[in-house]
Amino acid sequence: MATAVTEISTPESLANPPSQSVVVRFAGDSGDGMQLTGGQFTLSTALAGNDLATFPDFPAEIRAPQGTLFGVSAFQINFGSDEIDTAGDAPDVLVAMNPAALKTNVSALKLGGLIIADVGEFNERNLAKAKYDANPLEDGSLAKWQLVPINISQLTLEAVKPFGLGNKEALRCKNMWTLGLALWMFDRDRKPLVDWLNAKFAKKPELAEANIAALNAGHAYGETVEIGGQLRQSHVAPAPVSPGLYRTMTGAEAVAYGLVAGAQLAGLKMFFGGYPITPASSILHYLSGLKEYGVTTFQAEDEIAAIAAAIGASYAGSLGVTSSSGPGIALKTEAIGLAIMTELPLVIINSQRGGPSTGLPTKTEQSDLYQAVYGRNGDAPLPVIAARSPGDAFECAIEACRIATQYMTPVMLLTDGYIANAAEPWKVPDIADYDPFPVSFLEEVPEGGFRPYARDNHLARPWVKPGTPGLMHRIGGIEKAQGTGNIDYSPANHQAMTDTRSNKVLGVNVPDQEVQLGEAGDTLAVVGWGSTFGPIHQAVRRARARGLKVAHVHVRHIWPTPANLGELLHSFGKVIVPEMNTGQFKTLLRDQFLVDARPLNKVSGQPFTIAEIEAAIAEHLA
Amino acid sequence: MNQITPIARATTPKDWETDQEVRWCPGCGDYAILKAVQRTMPEIGATPENTVFVSGIGCSSRFPYYMETYGFHTIHGRAPAVATGVKLANPDLDVWIITGDGDALSIGGNHTFHLIRRNLDCQVLLFNNEIYGLTKGQYSPTSAVGTRSPSTPYGSVDRPAQACAFALGAGARFVARAYDVSKDLSSVLKAAHGHRGTSFVEIFQNCIVYNADVFAGFTEKANAHHQLWLNNGEPMLFGSDKSGGVKGIALDRDRLELKVVDVVGGDWQAAGVLVHDVTNRSIAHMLVEMPFGPFPMALGVLYDDPSPTFEAAVMAQNASASEGKTPDLGKLLKKGQTWQVERDGPSL
Repeated sequence: MATAVTEISTPESLANPPSQSVVVRFAGDSGDGMQLTGGQFTLSTALAGNDLATFPDFPAEIRAPQGTLFGVSAFQINFGSDEIDTAGDAPDVLVAMNPAALKTNVSALKLGGLIIADVGEFNERNLAKAKYDANPLEDGSLAKWQLVPINISQLTLEAVKPFGLGNKEALRCKNMWTLGLALWMFDRDRKPLVDWLNAKFAKKPELAEANIAALNAGHAYGETVEIGGQLRQSHVAPAPVSPGLYRTMTGAEAVAYGLVAGAQLAGLKMFFGGYPITPASSILHYLSGLKEYGVTTFQAEDEIAAIAAAIGASYAGSLGVTSSSGPGIALKTEAIGLAIMTELPLVIINSQRGGPSTGLPTKTEQSDLYQAVYGRNGDAPLPVIAARSPGDAFECAIEACRIATQYMTPVMLLTDGYIANAAEPWKVPDIADYDPFPVSFLEEVPEGGFRPYARDNHLARPWVKPGTPGLMHRIGGIEKAQGTGNIDYSPANHQAMTDTRSNKVLGVNVPDQEVQLGEAGDTLAVVGWGSTFGPIHQAVRRARARGLKVAHVHVRHIWPTPANLGELLHSFGKVIVPEMNTGQFKTLLRDQFLVDARPLNKVSGQPFTIAEIEAAIAEHLA
Repeated sequence: MNQITPIARATTPKDWETDQEVRWCPGCGDYAILKAVQRTMPEIGATPENTVFVSGIGCSSRFPYYMETYGFHTIHGRAPAVATGVKLANPDLDVWIITGDGDALSIGGNHTFHLIRRNLDCQVLLFNNEIYGLTKGQYSPTSAVGTRSPSTPYGSVDRPAQACAFALGAGARFVARAYDVSKDLSSVLKAAHGHRGTSFVEIFQNCIVYNADVFAGFTEKANAHHQLWLNNGEPMLFGSDKSGGVKGIALDRDRLELKVVDVVGGDWQAAGVLVHDVTNRSIAHMLVEMPFGPFPMALGVLYDDPSPTFEAAVMAQNASASEGKTPDLGKLLKKGQTWQVERDGPSL
């Protein structure tokens, strides 16, 4: 997503030569290595200087029965010579590794788009599994599109024959053959892939050689085979991006690095308590490899223990962090209340997925906003921030650490399955550009005596590490007396403490809301949060290019909201709020600002397309 | 990690009391346990600032408020998890977990199990009163079958959990038992503190309001002969001539189970009485499972055989994984394949 990357304004980019962008979707059986193929294609695309966005879409089952419709795994990439905000609506190219992959994906393909199908897999058994009565490659049902049937299985077997692999192992090189063809189609360099394969299979050189041979064979196939001009090479020019050093970044990685950066800026060690859950586990994986950065990771026995241990670590003077997805956050809820009551810093990351209950573990949704802002017993406020893209998750993780430590409060950072898994080019920031926010622990009895619930100018209480002489004190989940922190159930005290907890969070220093595109007072504002950034941004850009007065406002600080947000929203003629839920942020905005925000909701487990947002803009301007 | 002076400074029991009014029911066994702990702390050379009491929810879990140390009264059942975070963040702290039968074995059973199997260095004091006191008297997971309570007016039907058997089953390396008003409670606490790893101590505690005298069968003075106090290296003897004879615990070698034998004229060897070996795990299993009635109540240190602790392993791995690596965030962010974009466009 280019927003974190470029400073090219809309008029500039529109004035540039016609932009080229291509959407390719790789689809195959979950055992076919499509995520790997997509990931490597992403890397080579990034290296070619294109801006890009990706969307991995895979089943919840680890090894779904082969050839079945529900076992299809797909990876979509949108890349181009212009700013890319989304993984693209309709693919230009569909690579279908079997009948089930074709069936589940072909309807999304652009009219006239290219289908590359592995005919070797279109046998009777696989056709039956995909519930095809007739072979679609032969019955003319794909006439709307350009079909290029290739026996990828057979060609791969031949290419890797010299390496003496078994049939099964040999066929596993199919994805590299396909990737080789794709690299040829878009004029990509093979060398980074060859290097990567050599490194990946360093201990099994025969597998490295076989995969490289398959890659080369796929590439050579494109070069040499004449197939009526359907399959042709095209070159997508590099996108204009601001100068600097780039890498690809997924949201999970960005969160992990952002937490490390945040702990460093706070001058703290980090304790991360986690429990495996899709799609949040990768944050635990990344952090467990970063011990030299003062990170202790703890895979707990359950979600509750994961957060409870993080709270214990915060109490002992580390920066406690825990991470999960909706169902796990639900389990952590009581402990979040404890962190609110004991006023300890804590960062909680929710990589949202489709719900309720177990819901759709591998699909994306934004339906935990109520849970984040309101979902606890008692009046239990905490700051909530939402990342809009993988790269933005880095900034948001740092922001979460800042707020947690400066205000002695748990903070929830919302990402989602899409952000966690998707990759985007990311301009590597210079960590020296970030202002440190060092924590100062209370180490001596202050003048007038030590009060564990004394308040500073942020209304935060002092943070004291156990082990500090003279400052022994007790905290807990029972209502605290103002100042002393002793147990106190008295009516006036509970009123005052509830007010204080609320005011502390409302007083969190949040930057003013900016308008991402357009300006205050426009006819229509499209207001989003989280991973809907891409499609909203692109749709608003297109609308503005047509001269429509449409603005894009994207909110990072869900709670407390930026001080100017109400006034800003009231300046627009109309406000629509696209969300991958049934209207949660819309309700919050209405409640806070009495603004006539209109919902645009999608809960299919898939991100919005640009077209869907464009249609909504058109409808509201009609 | 804190810079903690390892030299203990002399304290008195008074130094461990807070200014807070103790709010247990008059006559509650918790008072005696509190006093015993406050008496023990100076003797083990503990320092208030390096001591952390972590508790869950229930009557017993109010305990930290009354100890002039660092203290964390957490949420129901989760004290072991909070304590794990405290200890991993600062292994130099002396961590005590205060819990009850409902807190540790019902809502927090999972955490208790994992705390013990990981062998975090801490002391677990489980106050077992076989009832839910704070919620007004419902039966608990350790209540005897047939316990009548507000939630079981016809008597409870489920079999009780045995705390020490649970602990051993979870892999505990230190298991001890005592009761609230016992004069030997302090020596059990000292032994627990001396053990590195999770020291599990079940303390029978009399709930005077909802389950009074449930342990009277061995805690009453008149029933002292039903107590088997275990001392390492000493024969397992109980009873006295006054109470109908000295008895001992012997091993039925055919059935591989314990039996009670009479000791005549002090000749316990002739009776085959076992000598307590705190490192004998098999016998420990048998001791914690002895049914009270036909057998005495085994008290004292039942099992004590240290093994490496969790926090030490975590710290060691953190250190070895960090060895020779200079943390450089700037470098980390540039990890993997990167490319430079110049003013005119990208280049590799």
